Amino acid sequence: MEVLTDEYINKRSFDRYRIWLQKGRVVRYDKQMGALRLMDMTIVKFFFSAILTGMVGVAVLHNMGIAKPLILPTNIGANIIGGLTFGLGWSLIGYCPGTSLGALGEGRTDAFWGLLGMLAGAALFAEAFPSVRNTILTWGREGSITLPQVFGANDWVVIAIFVAGGLGLFVWLEKKGL
Amino acid sequence: MSNKGNGGWSPYLAGALTGGVIIVSAWIAGNYFGASTCFVRVSGFIERFFSPEKVAGMTYFNWFAPKVDWQVMMVVGILIGAFISSITDGSFKIKSVPDMWASRFGSSPVKRGAFAFIGGLIVMFGARLAGGCPSGYGLGAMVQLALSGLIVVVCFFAGGILFSNLIYRGGANR
Repeated sequence: MEVLTDEYINKRSFDRYRIWLQKGRVVRYDKQMGALRLMDMTIVKFFFSAILTGMVGVAVLHNMGIAKPLILPTNIGANIIGGLTFGLGWSLIGYCPGTSLGALGEGRTDAFWGLLGMLAGAALFAEAFPSVRNTILTWGREGSITLPQVFGANDWVVIAIFVAGGLGLFVWLEKKGL
Repeated sequence: MSNKGNGGWSPYLAGALTGGVIIVSAWIAGNYFGASTCFVRVSGFIERFFSPEKVAGMTYFNWFAPKVDWQVMMVVGILIGAFISSITDGSFKIKSVPDMWASRFGSSPVKRGAFAFIGGLIVMFGARLAGGCPSGYGLGAMVQLALSGLIVVVCFFAGGILFSNLIYRGGANR
């Protein structure tokens, strides 16, 4: 019998994520571009189903003190400029960093060139970092804040709004046949 | 509800199961999802091979030291998992140009490869500037209700939708 160490369970759970990414067909160029061109919302359904489910469970863990939050800091300038830059690149490659490896695993060889590009992009950012740090990264630095803190609301109120909005989006997408 | 005629699972089911993995991972291991940081680690690892002194002196590579951590393992696992999953259900296929790309930009693998490389470069530069990618900000930060997660995910999609519609404008497959 295998010993259920933390590392073992963690590895097993990520094994599942790997397979479900592929089963949901979300690693494909046609699916990713289909979403960005507003023609096929498969990845949007996958992505927000995962987020909403995770949100509820993780909030329970946080409130019970079982898991410690790890909030990525808000740097408004870098978040917006970086996010939009990512969008430009995404429209060209048609994969995101996580799914590009899944696509390669399915035999999509164009993802290999995309992966090399990503490694080059990481190296380029490391070169640019000293100047970015003193400029863009200083614009709108808010620290590790959460939406409940911003709005002065209870976690569950924010979650209820997300869940209601998400379910509304799903119903609308199904009605539209996307 | 099902995944449009391609033998895949309902994206809602696959997504909810992935949400379950996020919860178990936070609970047992205290880890939250992310994928782009490991590209920094691997890129530093490769660059260190050619100029170790230079990498040792770079702040960014000191923050994200070149090493194989759990996230590198997870990302490599996505590759292996997709391979196993696609082999076992027959969806594995060697393909150098995606159908939708070919219908708009032609079937040249060199052209597709070049744009994938450039796109990959821009994607990763943007991700590192923003502080993460859809895994880190969507599946990691948004599930924790971080303000940063919402801002970045909205910008990912806003930028992606805007530029995709621009580059596909006037194409055959519209």
